[in-house]
Amino acid sequence: MKIAFTTKGINWDSKIDPRFGRTEYILVYNEENNEFFNYDNREIEKEAHGAGPQTSQKLFELGAKILVTGNGPGGNAATVLEKAGIKTFVGAGEMTVKEAYEAYQENKLNELQWS
Amino acid sequence: MKIAIASGKGGTGKTTLSTNLAKYLSKEFEVVLTDLDVEEPNSGLFLNLDEILEEDKFKMIPKWIEDKCTLCGICQKSCNYHAVIQLGEMILVFPELCHSCYACSELCPEEALPMIKQKMGVLKQFKTDKLNFVESRLEIGQEQAVPLIKETNNFVENNFGKEVLKIYDSPPGTSCPVIEATKNADFVFLVTEPTPFGLNDLQLAVETMRELNKDFGVVVNRSDSNNKLISDYCDSQKIKIIANIPNKREIAELYSSGEEIYSKVPEFAVELKKIKSFLINELKVD
Repeated sequence: MKIAFTTKGINWDSKIDPRFGRTEYILVYNEENNEFFNYDNREIEKEAHGAGPQTSQKLFELGAKILVTGNGPGGNAATVLEKAGIKTFVGAGEMTVKEAYEAYQENKLNELQWS
Repeated sequence: MKIAIASGKGGTGKTTLSTNLAKYLSKEFEVVLTDLDVEEPNSGLFLNLDEILEEDKFKMIPKWIEDKCTLCGICQKSCNYHAVIQLGEMILVFPELCHSCYACSELCPEEALPMIKQKMGVLKQFKTDKLNFVESRLEIGQEQAVPLIKETNNFVENNFGKEVLKIYDSPPGTSCPVIEATKNADFVFLVTEPTPFGLNDLQLAVETMRELNKDFGVVVNRSDSNNKLISDYCDSQKIKIIANIPNKREIAELYSSGEEIYSKVPEFAVELKKIKSFLINELKVD
């Protein structure tokens, strides 16, 4: 299973970026082979509109099935995540990636329910 | 002649000035006041005019026809606003992000994204004697004011000749809706108030108007002993202060009950007269 984190850096000790659409990096952890992949999302700063859908689409392309983030996506991004079948967990905004992964494993994060 | 009433800060008195000025000038001139604050138009609350027209306004958005689509991805690459997203075998369209530029629709080789109408708001026209009033109101759920402001401007252009004095009550701020509402104006009145917040937002509005190469002047509302705050800035920037509307409880009370102010508060009428003189002498309104 590939788990994506919105982050401010590219390793386990990096902080989670609480923003979804405008996150600085997307860190993807592949649980099967224990591999990390990072995507530099900082170009999104230049976009005035539509950051959420674009970042959601990137997660889809990266093959993530789970998203761990802070504040959570806005309406448009949520639509894309729902259609892409990406389970979304929020509330990790103050954690490091490592802490967020542990919290996810221990079911301590809230899963967003699509309405 | 087109004059826009704008401000950086909200709640400085754009609508108070617009509605009273429009009524005052309509005693002598044929006037059309247009409320371009389409997210929350309120000029109409202060005018008791007869409605003569109501029409729906539409914007065009693409609609995905799944059967025709070959998933080539051109639509998504062509969209500058990320309003069209390809997700595997699905194309998602986000109408709120769409700027109706037609790029995806025109560039689609399979004609799988025809543009369809979506209601974005309602335009209303009112008239009594020499005062005309036009307002548009954005539909609930619509996020973009600019397309409706554009349509409303077109309506006024097409329905009122050059001889009609056009006054535009703009939205507050300095973002896209304000640009759209002021870009065709011959002159912009920036309404402000003598507070630090008023000054700060006036400075932003001035920068915006300079960027647009607009002729503009300042009207100070709720003018009081702090006026130096605004006048020092305007002096240093060589900006003309055209009127100072006094800070009076009576004005606020009349405003709160939706009443005409200038006919009951002489100090207010004096300031409108200054604006009228400015229009006649400096802007050559006749």
